[in-house]
Amino acid sequence: MSHETYLLSRMDREDSHTLKGYQAQGGYKVFEKVLKEGMTPLDVTEEVKASGLRGRGGAGFPTGLKWSFMPDPEKDTRTRYMAVNADESEPGTCKDRVIMREDPHGLVEGCLLAAHAMRLDAVYIYVRGEYRLPYDRVFAAIAEARKAGLVGQNILGSDFSCEIHMHKGAGAYICGEETGLMESLEGKRGHPRPKPPFPAGFGLWGQPTTVNNVETIFNVPFILERGAEWFRGMGNEKSPGNFLCGISGHVEKPGVYELPLGMPARQVLEEYAGGVWKGRQLKAWIPGGSSTGFLKPDAIDTPMDHDSLKAAGSMFGTGAMIMLDDQASVVKSALVLMNFYDHESCGQCSQCREGTQWLSQIFQRLYDGGGRTEDIQLLTDLANGMAPGKTICALSDAAAIPTHSVVRNFKEELELYVQHGGHQGVLAARKLEGVGA
Amino acid sequence: MALTQELISEFDELKTHYPESQAALIPALHRCQEDLGGWLSPDIIEAVAAYFGMEPVEVFSVASFYPMFFLKPVGKHIVSICRNISCDLRGSDELVARACELTGAKPGQNSADGKIYLETVECQGGCANAPMMVVDGTYHEDLVADDVNKILGGLA
Ligand SMILES: Cc1cc2nc3c(=O)[nH]c(=O)nc-3n(C[C@H](O)[C@H](O)[C@H](O)COP(=O)(O)O)c2cc1C
Ligand code: SF4
Ligand code: FES
Repeated sequence: MSHETYLLSRMDREDSHTLKGYQAQGGYKVFEKVLKEGMTPLDVTEEVKASGLRGRGGAGFPTGLKWSFMPDPEKDTRTRYMAVNADESEPGTCKDRVIMREDPHGLVEGCLLAAHAMRLDAVYIYVRGEYRLPYDRVFAAIAEARKAGLVGQNILGSDFSCEIHMHKGAGAYICGEETGLMESLEGKRGHPRPKPPFPAGFGLWGQPTTVNNVETIFNVPFILERGAEWFRGMGNEKSPGNFLCGISGHVEKPGVYELPLGMPARQVLEEYAGGVWKGRQLKAWIPGGSSTGFLKPDAIDTPMDHDSLKAAGSMFGTGAMIMLDDQASVVKSALVLMNFYDHESCGQCSQCREGTQWLSQIFQRLYDGGGRTEDIQLLTDLANGMAPGKTICALSDAAAIPTHSVVRNFKEELELYVQHGGHQGVLAARKLEGVGA
Repeated sequence: MALTQELISEFDELKTHYPESQAALIPALHRCQEDLGGWLSPDIIEAVAAYFGMEPVEVFSVASFYPMFFLKPVGKHIVSICRNISCDLRGSDELVARACELTGAKPGQNSADGKIYLETVECQGGCANAPMMVVDGTYHEDLVADDVNKILGGLA
């Protein structure tokens, strides 16, 4: 079970979050090299492109390609920004927090390299308000880097300047959506903007902007230090590199593990997470955070990468696996998620505002015992009205996708809930049959 | 004016981080809530609005969008229990029940002695250490219901 690791490799040192700890492990060397040996912005972008790095924030969009959408500064002289998405609020996802807390300078160095590549004037790191310690650690890292001449004006005596600012959110899932994030950063309600225009043309304060996830940016210094070829040696052809896999729910050893993309989900579950807890069997699992859809145990050999999970009827998302044992209730978990989406819908689009509310009400009555057979078809019809691409942002899709997956893969359980009058009825019926509660 | 001189100088500095000053609004509201009594009273909203050159109703509209801002008085301690999927799977219902029993409050209410404000919250990014709760900004993870007694019992 050994494979090369890099993302978590520096975190063993007690002082891994300090400049001293970071530099003792080679930190800021590659940034210095890029600056001093005159690697051009285009060279940096090309290397990231060649690495095949895909965004770790959920959509898996190729990072180098995204960077190349920023307008040519010769022709478009507007101020240019990057917003680092540290909102991390997709249920199940708990990885960016580890990076910010244990290796914040790695994120800062990634920001500097991105700033060089895209010729940014400033970077904002948008951190969810609840993440106090991670916020404080990155804040302190920026201050240390500034003192060392690595952030601010004329960095290391060159003509390259870049400001990095921290920004604290205040707890709304929708502010993780890239345009909701920009509205929130501007000091408004986090209402997503219709696209187009896209952020590269009209982003923060109407200026060219790129939004990238923390883990995405954290990969960049490694790629530039060790090369695109090295990066492609891990993971697979279309999804190279390692990823931080959060695995939670009914497993013996939940945690955040660094794994190569393409590792079969079974191996993650059994070798890393210690298997399903209490010696039970797997009933259902979610591969990549709450928006990616429930799968059955028969899909557990699927490789954890973008294409394989798509072919299996789900998505890689944020790589956050959530496991349900054979005594869990898929209806309850679906209800919890629909309550969440209902609560977090910003309300701009009627399909999403009304749809999430209805979905949560229907799962509630199935759970409570007032469900009807027609409700199962109604779930599908509602979800069809909400997605794909029917609303301003993808939150509506994020509620529709798990709903479809429950109807597709766990229809029998839905029927049981109708037949036995809800959760209590199902538990009683199982007891009669002598199956675990 | 309800703002302290210290806060005003902090906000003056914060504003320099952005091309438009309104971007400093949410960080500023956080600082007000921390320093000025734990919630955003109408007086504070008015003072912040005056500082940013906005209408109070605009500031209120922003503040009310974000669950971390309180627009009514809350207890001295904020106890937030995550109820999302990973925590639910590992028993967050029991934590909530225990916290209700101990405080006599339902989620969204203050305890009878006004000391504790109890709320349930969405995923806090502690999923691999579920179930979890946050007390005054500090994460408590890998909990069982009895831990709730210890943690709440330790609040002065
Ligand atoms: C409702 C919603 C919530 C999202 N939340 C997050 C989040 O918390 N963190 C994140 O990095 N991306 C989140 N995203 C994805 C972002 O919109 C965006 O795709 C991502 O930050 C881009 O970074 P990447 O290309 O590096 O992955 C969310 C998307 C949606 C639709
Ligand atoms: S899809 Fe939902 S969350 Fe997204 S903009 Fe529309 S209403 Fe808001
Ligand atoms: S589900 Fe509770 S912290 Fe993520």
